[in-house]
Amino acid sequence: MKYSSIWQEVQTEKQIKQIQEMKQFLVFVRKEFYHIFRDVRTVMILLLMPVVQIILFGFALSSEVNNVNIAIYDPAKDQATQLITERISASKYFKVVKMISDPGDVESLFRSGKANIVLLYSERFNENLIHTGHAQIQLITDGTEPNTANAVTRYATNIIMACQKELLQSQMSTINIIPEIKLLYNPQMKSSYNFVPGVMGLILMLICAMMTSISIVREKEVGTMEVLLVSPMRPIYIILSKAVPYFVLSFVNLTTILLLAVFVLGVPISGSLFWLIFLSLIFILVALSIGLLVSTLVDTQVAAMLISGMVFMMPTMVLSGMIYPVENMPWILRLISNFIPAKWYIIAVKKLMIQGLTIDSAFLELGVLCTMATVFILISLKMFKKRLA
Amino acid sequence: MLKYLIEKEFKHIRRNKFLPRLILFFPTMMMIVLPWAANLDVKDIDVAIVNRDHSQLSGRLAEKISASAYFNLSSFSESYNNALKTLDKGDADIILEIPEGFEKALVKEGNAKVLIAANAVNGTKAGMGSAYLASIISDYAIELSNQTVSGGIEIVPQNRYNPAMDYKKFMVPALMVMLLTILCGFLPALNIVSEKEVGTIEQINVTPVGKFTFILAKLIPYWLIGFVVLTIAVIIGRVIYGITPQGSLFTFYLLASIFVFVVSGFGLVISNYSNTMQQAMFVMFFFMLIFILMSGLFTPVESMPRWAQIITIFNPMKYFIEIMRMVYLKGSGLDALTRQIVALLGFALLFNSWAVLSYRKSR
Repeated sequence: MKYSSIWQEVQTEKQIKQIQEMKQFLVFVRKEFYHIFRDVRTVMILLLMPVVQIILFGFALSSEVNNVNIAIYDPAKDQATQLITERISASKYFKVVKMISDPGDVESLFRSGKANIVLLYSERFNENLIHTGHAQIQLITDGTEPNTANAVTRYATNIIMACQKELLQSQMSTINIIPEIKLLYNPQMKSSYNFVPGVMGLILMLICAMMTSISIVREKEVGTMEVLLVSPMRPIYIILSKAVPYFVLSFVNLTTILLLAVFVLGVPISGSLFWLIFLSLIFILVALSIGLLVSTLVDTQVAAMLISGMVFMMPTMVLSGMIYPVENMPWILRLISNFIPAKWYIIAVKKLMIQGLTIDSAFLELGVLCTMATVFILISLKMFKKRLA
Repeated sequence: MLKYLIEKEFKHIRRNKFLPRLILFFPTMMMIVLPWAANLDVKDIDVAIVNRDHSQLSGRLAEKISASAYFNLSSFSESYNNALKTLDKGDADIILEIPEGFEKALVKEGNAKVLIAANAVNGTKAGMGSAYLASIISDYAIELSNQTVSGGIEIVPQNRYNPAMDYKKFMVPALMVMLLTILCGFLPALNIVSEKEVGTIEQINVTPVGKFTFILAKLIPYWLIGFVVLTIAVIIGRVIYGITPQGSLFTFYLLASIFVFVVSGFGLVISNYSNTMQQAMFVMFFFMLIFILMSGLFTPVESMPRWAQIITIFNPMKYFIEIMRMVYLKGSGLDALTRQIVALLGFALLFNSWAVLSYRKSR
């Protein structure tokens, strides 16, 4: 009888203690929010950054080539060359900037950046074409940018071939294979379909990993960490209370990005919204645990910034496939890219959001992210105990 | 006076265990890794062929495609839906479907259709891939029509400056600009504000050091660091990628020195206005991102919409990337670059006088 009542007392005491701890925890979280909101400039940037990025990526950046400056050398000036020149200047891809009179001018045109491509007709073009069936056009491109050079050559070739068909109607080939081209998932070829998942990965990584690590290290550097550690709070809660506000902030950003993507850029969420958010939460967790890990490793803010910048941000931008396709890289970089959380996140987001596939097609990515989160949290907890407790 | 201040800055840098290593390793790492990663070359497109015709002509078409350097034959499927599944899994980028009766139609009517379906989530790959595929198919049609290909207009394409069409060659000079911008931009941005946070700025403020001298002493070390970084990058570009500047090295370093003044000045302005390093870092990050994205480093400025092109006028990085690519790859001289040089000088003057004016010794 007596024994059980003591037991009960212990139980309630435990509960009270838990409630107290919870309250303390919330106070600490509030303190962190004060810290963040006191620095208006940083908050503004944190909230504005995704908006600017989405707008830039969505509207300003496109790798589609048009308005190419072309210069033409036409010694023949006959019916055929006039037809081709006319067609080229009418096309939306080209802007005729100059008719040159000396083929030697090509070099200086390229050097001064005035033209990207020069078209040179052979002499007596039409005459030769009709009598001998041979006429020549040289397309000299400024090959510094290979993709543009390739695309430009192809546009010009297509226009010339179409003109040839008109000029030599009687002798043309009789066999045609007509390819019908279908662009799956992104029929208007918007680059935003490719960029939105990348921006999501980048922003979440930036806020969670970088901000968390900096804010913890800052307390170390300024010396207030000691003050916090002598408080009755358990150290692990102190650290967790630092992570909570950034978790909330990144969730706000996630929402902003999704809303902008859907309503401004017209990128659909074809798959399930629930799983998309679930996946993002896991990714945020990974990023937060990276931030914690970094904060246990370094002692100064500069070092925290540089490590999260060099070891996490740059690789995220370059190796995750957000701008450059991973398949193009040499095998060693492809291997390294497997260790970059954002790569898996971006692949999964593309599948769920844009291709509209179900969650089971993204099991692999989800599994990898979960494993990463567990591993990072375990390591940082271990490091943390060594350093602080 | 200036001499001692500069000496102090160098001692700061040397004493920091992180910075000297960063200045040497960061450019080296970036130059080794980035050109390989930052590659928009479209090669090795995985194509899934759905051949429902099983004829000689369709077989030859499939052969021709898999023989091409651009395509990897990833699978042969019996139905379009199966091929679509491999595409969804990411094993194929593009599907070519040859319908039933392809050969018959070609022989009888001289016309046949095929279907190309590309995964356009990656727009560049889909666009270039389907265009390549279409051009292989039309070559094949010309081959079939027994017409000698040389008849008609002969088109001779030629690519100057980069005949091997090596994307790395295009990226290396621009990546040097990015390195300079990041290192010579971020370090000054953190510099003054870190003195504020640590409190040592007060000690400078009570000395008779003038604003101008103070800012100049902050700038010169970064200017020299810029030279070190650039030299490392040029050497790596030569050794690993075999790329040497076509233009004169003098032009190259002269213009780089103006550019480093521009970005360091910008960094100092931000440092002056910030109260904490975190703040400086994020403000810098924000601008850096816009500078880099709007510079033509990744996507050509000419393909941006008009309003975006107007924004790029205010981006110093854009001018320097133009300069670097022109000097490095085409060997353009100073006379071809007047516009860009004037712009850079303007920016250098603007940011540095702003940095001097916005630095307050007393509040």
